[in-house]
Amino acid sequence: MTGKDEAELSGLLRAAIAGDERAYADFLHRIAALVRGFVRRKVVQGGVDPEDVVQETLLAIHVKRHTWRPDAPVLPWVYAIARFKLIDAFRRRGRRIEVEIDEIAETFAEPETETVSERDINRALEGLPPTQRSVVSSISVDGHSIGETAAKLGVSETAVRVSLHRGLAAIAKRFGRQ
Amino acid sequence: MRTEDLIKALDADAGKMAMPMGKAWWVAVAVAVAIAAAVFFTTIGPRPDIMPAMHTMRFMSKFVFTLVLAASALALIRALSVPGASTSRRMAWMLAAPLLVVLAVVLELFVVPQADWGKRLVGSNMMICMTFIPLIGIGPLAVFLGMLRYGAPTRPVLAGAVAGLLAGGLAATFYAAHCFDDSPLFVATWYTIAIAFLALLGAIGGRLFVRW
Repeated sequence: MTGKDEAELSGLLRAAIAGDERAYADFLHRIAALVRGFVRRKVVQGGVDPEDVVQETLLAIHVKRHTWRPDAPVLPWVYAIARFKLIDAFRRRGRRIEVEIDEIAETFAEPETETVSERDINRALEGLPPTQRSVVSSISVDGHSIGETAAKLGVSETAVRVSLHRGLAAIAKRFGRQ
Repeated sequence: MRTEDLIKALDADAGKMAMPMGKAWWVAVAVAVAIAAAVFFTTIGPRPDIMPAMHTMRFMSKFVFTLVLAASALALIRALSVPGASTSRRMAWMLAAPLLVVLAVVLELFVVPQADWGKRLVGSNMMICMTFIPLIGIGPLAVFLGMLRYGAPTRPVLAGAVAGLLAGGLAATFYAAHCFDDSPLFVATWYTIAIAFLALLGAIGGRLFVRW
């Protein structure tokens, strides 16, 4: 974290907010690397997948980017969000371990039941309504553009944008504190 | 999903950003004031002798307390609603309203004979005070909790409590125009209880509803 980083990153986010998509992708890549380093330093024992926390942090940064003041430094804002999401991950893990102990007591007859990480973004994706799910995975996993996705699904580009926006907001909300 | 893929989706959704927090707070305050005013004027309204009352120190001092509380709570909650903003100086300003009340109480105890202290403290309508401050403040509190959801408070319980103090300061400002009990002894007791109740509600609301 240097002054140069700070100046470049806040410049990129300002450009992104002004509508520069290239700047936004650049910003998110660099933030992902910084947050990954931060989370990996903090997560020393298992139970929390650092990459899950990175993804949740990026989602939160995205859906809450209106909470950044363009005249304020960007890194304290980013790290405050990352720390919040990390604490949330630890807290949930604590709760999940309690739940698992209860479940073992109750379902002792079927020990083969596998516990799937509820935090995994894929699970959140699966929970979306079909249209939002196909739009989000077309653009993310398949790497299609908005236009290609619209053509593939036979809907307007506006409809694709709306589904993408709602889908991402819904995933972020699912990761919110419960 | 790989992080790389997630970034593609976020980038494609970069289009329109929601209203910035600074502006959104002023919209929220305007809506909250409108709700509080509507409840106040359709229920109890200002006291009939408000014009002569405005020439008395005690009556006007109530607005100083409540407005200082509302202003300091607004400054603090604006910082609490965004991640990474420094809050320590704004926290310190939260002491301003209580200190002013303490100062006024001390002055009142000097000015008023001891025999009258009890009468001034109990006042004439403490139940109305404790009913209407929460009643006027509950709508604004809901608006402010909604703003916290819209924002990204990293300390949701504290932010919720401050939302309650802001709603309380606002509601008490309106209520003070109705209330006949102008003694700082009354204000320090019953206004505080009513506002503390809103702060408690706000903290619970922050715990239960402010997730992101």
